[in-house]
Amino acid sequence: MTLLFHQLAYEQRIFWRSREAAVFIFIFPLLLYVLLGSVYSDEIEIDGVAVPAADLLLAGLFGYGAANTAFGGLAIILVGRRETGVLKRLRSTPLPPATYIAAVLSSTLLIFALQALALVLLGRFVFDASTPANWLGFAGAAVLGVVCFAGLGVGAASLIRSAEGVSAVVNVVLLPMAFLSGSFGPTDDYPGFLDAIAAVLPLTYFLDIVDGVYLEGESLFADPKALGIVLAWGAVGLVIALTRFSWMPRER
Amino acid sequence: MSSAIVADDLRKSYDGVEALRGVSFEVRAGEVFGLLGPNGAGKTTTVEILEGYRTRDSGKVTVLGHDPAAAPRALRERIGVVLQQSEFTPLLTVHEVHRLFAGYYERPRDVDDVIRLVGLEEKRDARVKTLSGGQKRRLDLGIALVGDPDLVFLDEPTTGFDPAARRTAWELIRTLRSLGKTILLTTHYLDEAQQLADRVAVIQAGRIVSLGTPAELIGDAHKAEIRFQLNGEQVVVQTDDPTLTLHELTSEALANGSRLEHLEVRRPTLEDVYLDLVGGDENAE
Repeated sequence: MTLLFHQLAYEQRIFWRSREAAVFIFIFPLLLYVLLGSVYSDEIEIDGVAVPAADLLLAGLFGYGAANTAFGGLAIILVGRRETGVLKRLRSTPLPPATYIAAVLSSTLLIFALQALALVLLGRFVFDASTPANWLGFAGAAVLGVVCFAGLGVGAASLIRSAEGVSAVVNVVLLPMAFLSGSFGPTDDYPGFLDAIAAVLPLTYFLDIVDGVYLEGESLFADPKALGIVLAWGAVGLVIALTRFSWMPRER
Repeated sequence: MSSAIVADDLRKSYDGVEALRGVSFEVRAGEVFGLLGPNGAGKTTTVEILEGYRTRDSGKVTVLGHDPAAAPRALRERIGVVLQQSEFTPLLTVHEVHRLFAGYYERPRDVDDVIRLVGLEEKRDARVKTLSGGQKRRLDLGIALVGDPDLVFLDEPTTGFDPAARRTAWELIRTLRSLGKTILLTTHYLDEAQQLADRVAVIQAGRIVSLGTPAELIGDAHKAEIRFQLNGEQVVVQTDDPTLTLHELTSEALANGSRLEHLEVRRPTLEDVYLDLVGGDENAE
């Protein structure tokens, strides 16, 4: 336990000292919220129900933030550390791999929790958005999002070969997914084939859950199908990680 | 004397290609053992099996009494590993990186002690990204020492160093030896093995082709060599008794009134021996 906190403290120190990480991972979703929140004002009609744009975007960027922090952030950190030999070096120390992974995940969760809080405060005080109707469910959604997208992030890290390519791959996956799932605005007018793609993406279902807990005060478990799909995606990432993850750099 | 490492008939194949074909050697506690060989000879595979990174196909290995394939935590408490290529987060300071790693061990050395030992005290609070290449290698070594290991693996510790940095690193390795550490050193610099290692194993095509002290390896090889130029022609004489041969050569020259230009007497170096063993194509590296 002491070792977990030791590693977590250093993970945090490394994250906040890195300008790229702090900007790309932490600031970017907040920045998008400010931009999109300034473009869409008033109310947006979704399935016949009028919802304040500021609320809808807050939920959308909460989802994007979870994917960006856990999927993008983890994939970039892990590939970078693997290819520079940091992971290999760690394997020769008495630090148990499970403790290391737990520290990296806790660090990711902590970063996202702070980001979600910043999003709620920004919404509340700048765009007059609602505060979460179910705070506990909202917090649970943050954990769920990090778990699912961290699983996918570690899975992706196992498949991505080079540290140079990782940022590009991550964004090619993340940005279209966020666009299709409705993180950046309503998707009601999208053509049918885009909806069909969106219907298999984890972020689509994660956003359904977030809308439920944030806007309607539902329980985190209100939509078992959505919950199941989100967890299944996380499990797919985990299975890839368990079969393909390596601590060693690729042979040069 | 007890053994730090025992390797007995190690074998390993990759996709049907035999990388190790029965490697056996023993490293005694407290000695500096050099593993020499050209790229692809099986040096790295051998070391990575001992470090616990790779599994062997067959053979027996004991490192400090443990089987490294199981990589028990008790073993990892007692070894230090310096990899050929590794970097650390550029954003932590030298002191912080040492502290981070010290936290992994039950009985770490004093962090400032280690920083002083590797000569980075002036860079203690500097971020890793501001260090020169040589300073980064010293940081590498410092991190390997912070757990106060009994056995240190050094994989080509001075590759890419300028001559001055190499001499500093050698001093450092001698310091480690004087602290009673056992050191397994791989290198393709022969002078390095000759300077530092108590015993050397030469590995070639997955087998150990020679093993002994540097003096023994040289002693087994050809004799002293006398070179000079006579009337513009290069002459090389090999001899078991350089004193006598030299006396005969110079007497004859004086009697004839000729001069032996560029006269030199050479003992074979480990390099000569090594090049004989591995077939002389090592210069390409």
